[in-house]
Amino acid sequence: MNEELIHINQLAKKYKDSDYFAVNTLDLTINKNEIFGLLGPNGAGKTTLISMLCGLIKPTAGTIEIKELNYKKNRKQIQNLIGVVPQEYALYPTLTAFENLMYFGAMYGLKGEDLKIRINKSIKKLGLTRFIDKKIKTFSGGMKRRVNLIAGTLHRPEILFLDEPTVGVDVQSKNVIIQHLKQLNNEGTTIVYTSHHMLEAEEFCTDVAIIDDGSIIARGHPTELIKSVKTASNLEEVYLNLTGGELRDYV
Amino acid sequence: MYKLLQSTYKEFLLLKRDIGGLVILFVMPLVLVITVTLIQESTSQHIFNSKIKILLIDNDVDDLSHTIISNLNDSNSFEIITKIDGKLITEEQVNNLILNSKYKLAIIIPKNLTKNLSAKVSQNVSKILEEFEISESDSVEIKEIKTQQIKLYFDPTIQLSFKNGIKNAIDNMVSKIETQSIYKAFKDELEIEKNIFENKEFISFLEINPQKNNKEIKPNSVQHNVPAWALFAIFFIIVPLSINIVNEKNQGTFVRLKTNPITYATILGGKVIIYLAVCLIQFALMLLVGLYLFPYLGLPNFDVNGSYFLLFLVAIFSGLAAIGIGILIGTIASTQEQSAPFGATLVVILAAIGGVWIPVFAMPKVMQLFAKISPMNWGLNSFYDVIIRDNSFVEILPEILMMGFFFAVMLSIAIYYDKAKNTV
Repeated sequence: MNEELIHINQLAKKYKDSDYFAVNTLDLTINKNEIFGLLGPNGAGKTTLISMLCGLIKPTAGTIEIKELNYKKNRKQIQNLIGVVPQEYALYPTLTAFENLMYFGAMYGLKGEDLKIRINKSIKKLGLTRFIDKKIKTFSGGMKRRVNLIAGTLHRPEILFLDEPTVGVDVQSKNVIIQHLKQLNNEGTTIVYTSHHMLEAEEFCTDVAIIDDGSIIARGHPTELIKSVKTASNLEEVYLNLTGGELRDYV
Repeated sequence: MYKLLQSTYKEFLLLKRDIGGLVILFVMPLVLVITVTLIQESTSQHIFNSKIKILLIDNDVDDLSHTIISNLNDSNSFEIITKIDGKLITEEQVNNLILNSKYKLAIIIPKNLTKNLSAKVSQNVSKILEEFEISESDSVEIKEIKTQQIKLYFDPTIQLSFKNGIKNAIDNMVSKIETQSIYKAFKDELEIEKNIFENKEFISFLEINPQKNNKEIKPNSVQHNVPAWALFAIFFIIVPLSINIVNEKNQGTFVRLKTNPITYATILGGKVIIYLAVCLIQFALMLLVGLYLFPYLGLPNFDVNGSYFLLFLVAIFSGLAAIGIGILIGTIASTQEQSAPFGATLVVILAAIGGVWIPVFAMPKVMQLFAKISPMNWGLNSFYDVIIRDNSFVEILPEILMMGFFFAVMLSIAIYYDKAKNTV
């Protein structure tokens, strides 16, 4: 039987200046060791949902339990369990890659040789050894994305939340990032990530949920979802079939 | 503790890499203290040492106007100009020249001033003597003599304090002449040939500096300026600190930190330590400037009274008060455009109500109340307590505790605000 890791019950979020719910009474469970993809058009509620899962924003209603813990009572315990890779490059531009990683690693209580070994290993894996002592402001978008990923995974989290980790990077960088995430997953990390790349999600995820207007409109293994829509031969066609082809522009 | 140390080290690295920021933090306060002290000192020196050109129209051309002119010349503070291009100045010319700031001051002595003053004084003296029945004249004929006005023209851009100083000096001089005229009238009426009236001033002033512990408390402009402007510079830490916090929010690092097992207080702790160190280095540099550079610039010595420990204690608590404000602004503001101008304006307001520019006692009553709740005023008073009043640790304790309490309140509000905004 699959071990339930994240349990979301009737979760809703309505922003102060908004007329609609960004996340609308959503129920979801995510099991241990999954690579869970949250897919959806712009403004569908993906980032809001992942921000609530990371404890960054407060839900309007509903509950989130991570390993039966909740943010109200067990914030610190949850923070030790999770790793977060935000959509922005959450790094100090004037510090080197090494200095950034030393700092963010230390914030998880990592120290000394152990921390240095972890940094060097990850840096090597993600092809950044030559640039370890260069300032982040000199890095390309792809390089920053890779350092951003390392900063969220140095403490080997049980659950890793990633908000569009491959957005704006070249194919090579994307490939390296996906391989690294797969390896983390093999080592026991449950991954929850948002993306607009359907092909990437189809190949990478063990479970996906398509979210639109703050609600989950489809959920399952990518191949199951493709099978469920007769006219679809890939996840993108499933996605377009379910969410429609019209533009989603929100202000 | 480990996380706090790492946060402090990170802040140190961020500051070290910001060369422009370092220049602003360390060089600008020094430039400020040196410039302001030099300007204040040289302005007062200039006023006392240089001659101010005065346009003068003498419509009296008699003893009194001659005495006024001779007194003005003797004062060595004024250069009297009565002619331009070889022609006597007219009142219309005076008006235009003063209006256009070509000259700062003009004096117009009215016609018959000597005659009228002497007539008025003689009339008064005769009346007095008649009362005592020692006047030879049968009865004094009372003529109406209008009060005389010496017209003063001032450059409209001239500062009020300077204007008042000049007015008082001229007023003083005219009073002396009036007194001398009265003595002379008595002498003439009583037909005394010998000079029996002593013209020397009977009352003079002796300035006594208060003493404490048998030491004379003798402040100079440097002892006022160094602590006042050092405090002003310390409070300017509000601007870079609030920008630092806003930057963290905007570059996304705060988002990451909020998901890490670290408290907001720890993140802020690193900033407090580094920015407090900056404040103390700033203060030490300003002390060095006061002690070693000012004497070379011809300024009075900065006498710290040997109270280095107390001075640094006051600097620490002043720095904490400033850091508290910086943290609160940085926490609430969402952009640099909000935090930087607000922070800078607030420092200027705090300095104004804190007594950095104008002494608190000279302010309106309402502003004096505001001054009492201004941390910059607590800091300034504490510095003066140490340097000028030679107060002990116990005597400055209430003010530094107020600053410590103020820091704790600001920090608590910032932490509470952050928690309330982000609690899940």
